[in-house]
Amino acid sequence: MSPDTKPILSVDKLVKRFGGFVALDGLSFHAAPGEVLGLVGPNGSGKTTAINVISGLYAPDGGEVAFDGEPIGGIASHKLVHRGINRTFQVPKPFMSLTVRENVRVALAYGHIGGTPPALDALLDEYRLDAVADRPAADLNSAQQKMLDLVRALATRPRLLLLDELAAGLNPAELHWIAERIKQLAAGGMSIIVVEHLMGFIEHITDRVIVLNAGREIFEGKLAAAVKEPQVIEVFLGGEHAA
Amino acid sequence: MPNAIKHVLFILVPLIAVFAVLPGLYQNHLLLFNFVTFLILAQGVNIIYGFTGYLPFGYVGFFGAGAYGFAVLVMHYQSPALVAVLAAGLVGVLLGLLLTPLLRLSGAYFAIANLAASLAVLHLVANPALEGITKGPYGVSLTGTFNPSHAYDAALVVLTLTVGGVVFLKNSSFGLALQAVREDSVSASMAGVNVVKMRIAAWLASALVAGLAGGIYAWYVSVFYPDNVFSGEFSIFAIVFALFGGVATISGPIIGVLILYGVYNLIGFTTPQYFQLIYGLLIMGLVLFLPAGLVSLATRRGWHVP
Repeated sequence: MSPDTKPILSVDKLVKRFGGFVALDGLSFHAAPGEVLGLVGPNGSGKTTAINVISGLYAPDGGEVAFDGEPIGGIASHKLVHRGINRTFQVPKPFMSLTVRENVRVALAYGHIGGTPPALDALLDEYRLDAVADRPAADLNSAQQKMLDLVRALATRPRLLLLDELAAGLNPAELHWIAERIKQLAAGGMSIIVVEHLMGFIEHITDRVIVLNAGREIFEGKLAAAVKEPQVIEVFLGGEHAA
Repeated sequence: MPNAIKHVLFILVPLIAVFAVLPGLYQNHLLLFNFVTFLILAQGVNIIYGFTGYLPFGYVGFFGAGAYGFAVLVMHYQSPALVAVLAAGLVGVLLGLLLTPLLRLSGAYFAIANLAASLAVLHLVANPALEGITKGPYGVSLTGTFNPSHAYDAALVVLTLTVGGVVFLKNSSFGLALQAVREDSVSASMAGVNVVKMRIAAWLASALVAGLAGGIYAWYVSVFYPDNVFSGEFSIFAIVFALFGGVATISGPIIGVLILYGVYNLIGFTTPQYFQLIYGLLIMGLVLFLPAGLVSLATRRGWHVP
């Protein structure tokens, strides 16, 4: 990120507890427009929780999330969608009994205030859902359901897009294809946060990564630099590998 | 031709036309009135269950509250019947508003809480201490407004509005958003849908429908007791009819009422001794073999059912 770009999202000392379990323990990072930021870390390190708090599913227990410079912690999801935040889910959550087209129509009708909505057919075409447009979402395979999740999010014209393990379960050709799409979206000015376990994919698409462990960031920078960082190696591979 | 117009022309208009003409051809007007009442209630259940997934086991609470809203206005304020019917709808909506916290529950918990709420309203109305207002358990007699043929016409108007409302839900992005909420409320909110607002809107619409139907029922029968208008049969029948035909469609609940309530009366006239046996078997068969209703026979084959 160039120093003069104002962050679209800043997360400051974010805390989220579930009973006695502290899922986020003072997490801080920021994301800029046009940037693809990776959130990586072992299971349970708080990646998905961070996305859930940013997208309004959970209210934070401490710290602050600011979008466009305004605090958004605890604001209902649908209002955040109208402001320009959207996401996909680790396990895709389409409206199963509705057709693919109807799934997207809900988001087109309710997802944004003012402005022209994106063209439905073009979106379906672009994400390879045109052939199944009139089938119920329940008939789709998991890769297609992931694309539907993504198209539903894109239909609301987000400026900040949170992708929770979009790549998991895609084959290499699909991975390559979706990576190019994500880069194109970012090139159009969208800020994209990617939670992912596939390091090759992360390396390929992100400008910067935040490494999380136990609910806080332990590294910020290029992935290539992260893998040389002793603390990161220790978290991922265990203490004996850290030189 | 847009689908909404098709649905009005080929479902709503014939339905209303048939029930407008039938009283001239068939003597048993009470039976026809009951058909219309159940058509309204089944569509009311369709609005809340079919489109949002909340199963209103205490749906009769709104119906009974509407009937008593009508009675109170007529008894104490000498209201004209039409005004009292509108008030009955309002009473339904107010009770719906009072019960909105129930929407925090889901599945069986909601159904049970709703059932309990309807019993609570029954026992409030039937409380002897409220005899001055509701006549308590002793029942009301509203001879001043007695006019079955006007009440029947009013029921047809409410049926028109209710089915018209379901046609709207079936053809609008509002109805689509309701179904989205039913399928996955988290995803619906990420599509920008205000989940709480949508659920309340459907809930109140459904309460309004039952309140109006209850008011018109009071108008039609004019003499009734709390146990009549709060009878659990209204809830059960409305739900079974709607499910038998298939919810989240316009035609499903209509088909359900026409067939099941038709069979119900047929058995009642011909072989009342086997009544519960036949009816019970029919409902068991439905649950086992057609859980998504009669319309699923068509949708399974990929045919679209409005």
